Amino acid sequence: MDRRTLIAGMAALGLAGPTFAQQDTVKAGFIFVGPIGDGGWTFEHNRARLAVEDHFGAKVTTVFQESVPEGADAERAITQMALGGADIIFTTSFGYMDPTLNVAKKFPKVKFEHATGFKRADNLSTYSARFYEGRAIEGVIAGRMTKTNRIGYIGSFPIPEVIRGINSAYLHAKKVNPDVEFNIIWAYTWFDPAKEADAAKALIEQGNDVIIQHTDSTAPQAAAEAKGNVITFGQASDMAEYAPMPRVSSIIDNWAPYYIARVQAVMDGTWESTDTWDGIGAGMVGIGEISDAVPAEVKAEALALKDSIASGAYHPFTGPINKQDGSPWLAAGEVADDGTLAGLNFYVEGIKGDIPN
Amino acid sequence: MDLSAIDPLVLLASLMVAATPILLAATGELVVEKSGVLNLGVEGMMITGAICGLAVAVETGSPALGFLGAALGGAVISLIFAVLTQVFLANQVATGLALTLFGLGFSALLGQGYIGVKPPPTGQVPIPGLSEIPVLGRVVFSHDLIVYLSLILVALVWAVLKYTRAGLILRAVGENHGAAHALGYKVVRIRVLAIMFGGALAGLGGAYLSLVRVPQWTEGMTAGAGWIALAIVVFASWKPWRIILGAYLFGGITVLQLNLQAAGVKVPVEYLSMSPYLITILVLVIMSSGRSRAALNAPAALGQTFHASS
Repeated sequence: MDRRTLIAGMAALGLAGPTFAQQDTVKAGFIFVGPIGDGGWTFEHNRARLAVEDHFGAKVTTVFQESVPEGADAERAITQMALGGADIIFTTSFGYMDPTLNVAKKFPKVKFEHATGFKRADNLSTYSARFYEGRAIEGVIAGRMTKTNRIGYIGSFPIPEVIRGINSAYLHAKKVNPDVEFNIIWAYTWFDPAKEADAAKALIEQGNDVIIQHTDSTAPQAAAEAKGNVITFGQASDMAEYAPMPRVSSIIDNWAPYYIARVQAVMDGTWESTDTWDGIGAGMVGIGEISDAVPAEVKAEALALKDSIASGAYHPFTGPINKQDGSPWLAAGEVADDGTLAGLNFYVEGIKGDIPN
Repeated sequence: MDLSAIDPLVLLASLMVAATPILLAATGELVVEKSGVLNLGVEGMMITGAICGLAVAVETGSPALGFLGAALGGAVISLIFAVLTQVFLANQVATGLALTLFGLGFSALLGQGYIGVKPPPTGQVPIPGLSEIPVLGRVVFSHDLIVYLSLILVALVWAVLKYTRAGLILRAVGENHGAAHALGYKVVRIRVLAIMFGGALAGLGGAYLSLVRVPQWTEGMTAGAGWIALAIVVFASWKPWRIILGAYLFGGITVLQLNLQAAGVKVPVEYLSMSPYLITILVLVIMSSGRSRAALNAPAALGQTFHASS
């Protein structure tokens, strides 16, 4: 191939790119951080992937890779998927942020969607759910139900998403029960059942009778079930197999409507880089059925809170709220703005311990 | 910081549970190394045991059969190693590493249908009478059968190696296979049996993870426990009793660091998380610095291939 035809070829390719032509078929790729059978986070993302297949039938094919480590190897996996002809790629964990950005630069014609991150580009959207709304409801149930006033929290990584959840759960537990104390263990993993089980056991042994987890497996639920008088909440997925005890409610991620809308946009040629952050109101965050182990009046209180959050009447981060060091964060009646929430890196007043760097 | 929340007795009890998988695997590997074979495939055999145990327990509804199946699975997969190194005289280090990689992949394949499945519960068996003893009873005598079994196995291995003719022959094969062969002992057969014993115990250790400690199946759930077991054999300088010490030390620090975190101790979490591994490395360095002693205790023929013609 001489240089002239090469240049001509490149020009042709270049021209084809920016015109948002309609597509008959779309290939959608998914990068998962855990196995699709984790029963939590990845399980729900995969369920939404299947919903995409159901919705579009033969017009959409999907590919996925599970248990992709966060970091350098993710870049290889995403690149491979882009080279494999995917039109849109969903990378579904916070740690894929920079790898996704790097690959997005190399493949300007492929659309990228990164979950829970904050870095965007012309062909890279971000999307997340306001899980902290669900955490507020968990906080109310936890604060009302605890007998030891000790609530154990298994954190994954000290990133804003997790810290928001801790703060929201604490604020609302404290509101209904001023004596509650949060004990937090950082597992430094999204998915390691043995470690999650050990962390839950350590918390239970120290008298925490509520376990809130921000990791993806059902191992903490199993540990609580073995103990008997400890309650938990399903994380990312309903985890209904542990209801009515220990699992008394859950936060359910519902990604299917978003995935279907985004794939449709690629098909129509209307895809744009956006930042989506939806909560209970929009249906992206679901609250799993509150089981009979919860007293009726607590259940009613939790559901009332859910309704007021869903309607927009109440925001879980409404002042007055002080930071951990006692300095004011939000004045009375003031509501946290999304920018601050997106980068939240401090505990609110009353939580003990330091956030690891 | 609220250290009073940590109950040392409960901590001791959960330490025993956390240490049992590595204790089992390390005991098996000790016997293998005593026979002069270095099998680095412990991780692979453990994870194979984990899925075999869970699958059998789920299908039959019996945890006991599950553990039996795990031991069998571990022994069968160790046969691959035995055939390659003892019959075809392959390099033991390379074959062991290959066994680990194979085990991880093979178990993931077997486990496809068992993700998220709950195994039948393994009951705790408080020993009548003994579990009533204040303090000690609660810590030592209120576990499931496998915890007791792991301790009994250590005692058995110690007694057999020290006092029986079979133990003497096994050690002879590990110290000098040429001389053992000249005396008429079947070096290859003895080593194959030792390797299978090691595989069975590693399988039991893996099943303890998937049936008791977690309890469920997930890919790669042993998360390096097999390598810790290998380190503990060296740590114990090939003495059975010290295996208990090593395993309980590692298990203890693993559990303790989580408890310290939960109690809000003002130590950066990163240091707490790496402490079990850090201390294992530290002890290994100290052990090997007394060079002559550690080297004297290692079986002389460890890792060497044997062929009757040589």
